[in-house]
Amino acid sequence: MAGAPELIADSVGDYARIWLQRLRNGESGALPVLLGLIAVVVFFQVRNSLFLSAGNLVNLMVLSAPFILFGMAEIFVLLLGEIDLSVGYNAAIGAVVTFWAAYTLPWWVAIIIGLAACALIGAVQGAIITLLGLPSFVVTLAGLLALEGLLIILVGHTGHGAGGSIQNPSNILDDFTSGNLSPAAGWIVMVVLVALTGLFMILRDNRRRSGGLVAPPLGVTLLKVAVMAIAGVIVVFVSNKNRGSLLVTLHGVPWVVLIVLGVLVLYTVLTGRTRFGRYVYAIGGNAEAARRAGVNLKRIRTVAFTLCGMTGGIAGILLGSQLNSVGTNFNGGQYVLFAVAAAVIGGTNLFGGRGRMLHAVLGGLVVAVIDNGLALIGLNAADTDIVTAIVLLAAVTIDTVARRSRATS
Amino acid sequence: MVTASAGDGARPAAAGRAPSGTASSGAASGGPQAADQTDAPLLRLRNIGKSFGPVQALVGVDLDIPAGQVTALVGDNGAGKSTLIKTISGIWERTPGEMLWNGTAVHLHTPKDATDLGIATVYQDLALCDNLDIVQNMLLGHEMRRHGLLDEVNMELTAKRTLADLRVVSVRSIRQPVGSLSGGQRQSVAVAKAVMLDARLVIMDEPTAALGVTQTELVLELIARLKSRGHAVIVISHNLTEVFQVADRLAVLYLGRLVAAGPASDFDTQSAVEVMTTGKSTRVGNGTAGEPAPSRGRDSGTEG
Repeated sequence: MAGAPELIADSVGDYARIWLQRLRNGESGALPVLLGLIAVVVFFQVRNSLFLSAGNLVNLMVLSAPFILFGMAEIFVLLLGEIDLSVGYNAAIGAVVTFWAAYTLPWWVAIIIGLAACALIGAVQGAIITLLGLPSFVVTLAGLLALEGLLIILVGHTGHGAGGSIQNPSNILDDFTSGNLSPAAGWIVMVVLVALTGLFMILRDNRRRSGGLVAPPLGVTLLKVAVMAIAGVIVVFVSNKNRGSLLVTLHGVPWVVLIVLGVLVLYTVLTGRTRFGRYVYAIGGNAEAARRAGVNLKRIRTVAFTLCGMTGGIAGILLGSQLNSVGTNFNGGQYVLFAVAAAVIGGTNLFGGRGRMLHAVLGGLVVAVIDNGLALIGLNAADTDIVTAIVLLAAVTIDTVARRSRATS
Repeated sequence: MVTASAGDGARPAAAGRAPSGTASSGAASGGPQAADQTDAPLLRLRNIGKSFGPVQALVGVDLDIPAGQVTALVGDNGAGKSTLIKTISGIWERTPGEMLWNGTAVHLHTPKDATDLGIATVYQDLALCDNLDIVQNMLLGHEMRRHGLLDEVNMELTAKRTLADLRVVSVRSIRQPVGSLSGGQRQSVAVAKAVMLDARLVIMDEPTAALGVTQTELVLELIARLKSRGHAVIVISHNLTEVFQVADRLAVLYLGRLVAAGPASDFDTQSAVEVMTTGKSTRVGNGTAGEPAPSRGRDSGTEG
């Protein structure tokens, strides 16, 4: 977040030099995750050449979306140095409420109601934590248990929940994860997004320079735009390949990719460019300092828990869209663990103050890749859990060791 | 009542101000006090007390803090120094007593009330967020916005300007995380943060306690610059050498009571230590607040 090499460097060469130095000092940032991701991908591709097929890659995009969103949800509270153990079941309740409402109301109204329910649950927990001064671990653990029970009750009460689950009544909600943009639309959207982002970055740099401040060298900014463009091209190209059959064409970028991108951009702005975001980082870094500076700790913390709940709701709706139903067999506890794993693997610090929304994307991808890859090579659910656990441990170890070496250097 | 002479930032003894008790408003030279030519000192404490349950941390403290001068608050451990400044900065609400800011009675309920008045405290633990950079720390709680989002450009410019004004040059980049700075640099950032918020009274709690020689000099220079800009400064310190280097006035606390207050020239190391450890002195007059120390040559001709 702070001390970015692009603000100290004068040229691309300088930037590279500073970046390498930080690497040596242990500030590796997202590098271990990226390397790990590449290593894992290579491993699976070698074991099963279907892994990098167009169909499977798109499958990965859809599969990783809920993990990414759960990770983003958890990051709001992790940055504060807190945790939300109830986000999994909160998401399930959001999905149930959304589906329930969708039987009689338009899909977008149903979503608003569902997300509002999740936000409310998050707010209640946040209020209890801040007003009574209780540890978030305990309060959200109680929340997890309570919501698990509430899920069972709700499913039964919806009137559509025979058999312990409620079906998705809306085609549009289904399309979130199974619908796609047309190939042409995919290209257009990608070009527009990359161009807008590049333009925004250049304008922002110019504003800094005209104010007399140091701005990243133009070469570095263009490099970033190029990387984004390449990633965009890959995503659209792979998605546009026919992953269906000769009879049924199936191609295009899944809508869910746009949804995740939209939330990512919104949340990155929220955490990095608003007062609220600044205060979240401040509280995570030194709550007492923030308090003395006049930050309203109670309000910020409560809002963070509310956002965590609501984002979990988005993840829940996407999960429901994928499975086309939500049932009482929903394993809310496991999703919490994946949420924290995604955030931590991506580089977020469990003790607060360090992390970005982008981490959830990287971490969510890693979790999804492992889940998907292990299934492809025939591993069962139990082994998948063990491997994910090992990866989580490895990620945290690398981060902690790097941080320790930095602290003592 | 003696009023300050214009354009005067020199030591009080030479400028002919009244010693202790009724010291009046400080330097009128372009500092924050420029418009105030009242007779009252910037901050006047009357009969301030503070108890924690049965423990009386402060009793009957009467103290004047004039602008443009450095008042050193000294005393043994447990004398109540930290409690007194926490009361001034709004962390503790005082039980009896009143505070007069520019002659008007004020009542502080929260730290924010104090900051709104213009009282800034730089704590021993510095109250900085290590994960944020210098700019973000300096403007924490007072961020500037543009179209609803943070205005990074203006905030950075403001921070840069303040650091330059205070001649803090040892920092390589203003976007460095504060956690990577040295003790003296962190102290400078904390002071700059206070100054930037148009603080008129800057309180510093053991500013040089954890610093080496060069960095201590840095901080002492900073204090001198604050004084010359017209801020009132309160410094708590155990280091009497440093105290006598920067302080214009000395206030000695002993077991919660203010037992001596006056121009620094009225004291020397030995007498100060004596008052700190015994509560009274055989060398400096009667050693109680509110009464002028006996004339000592340089102060002759002035009376409260």
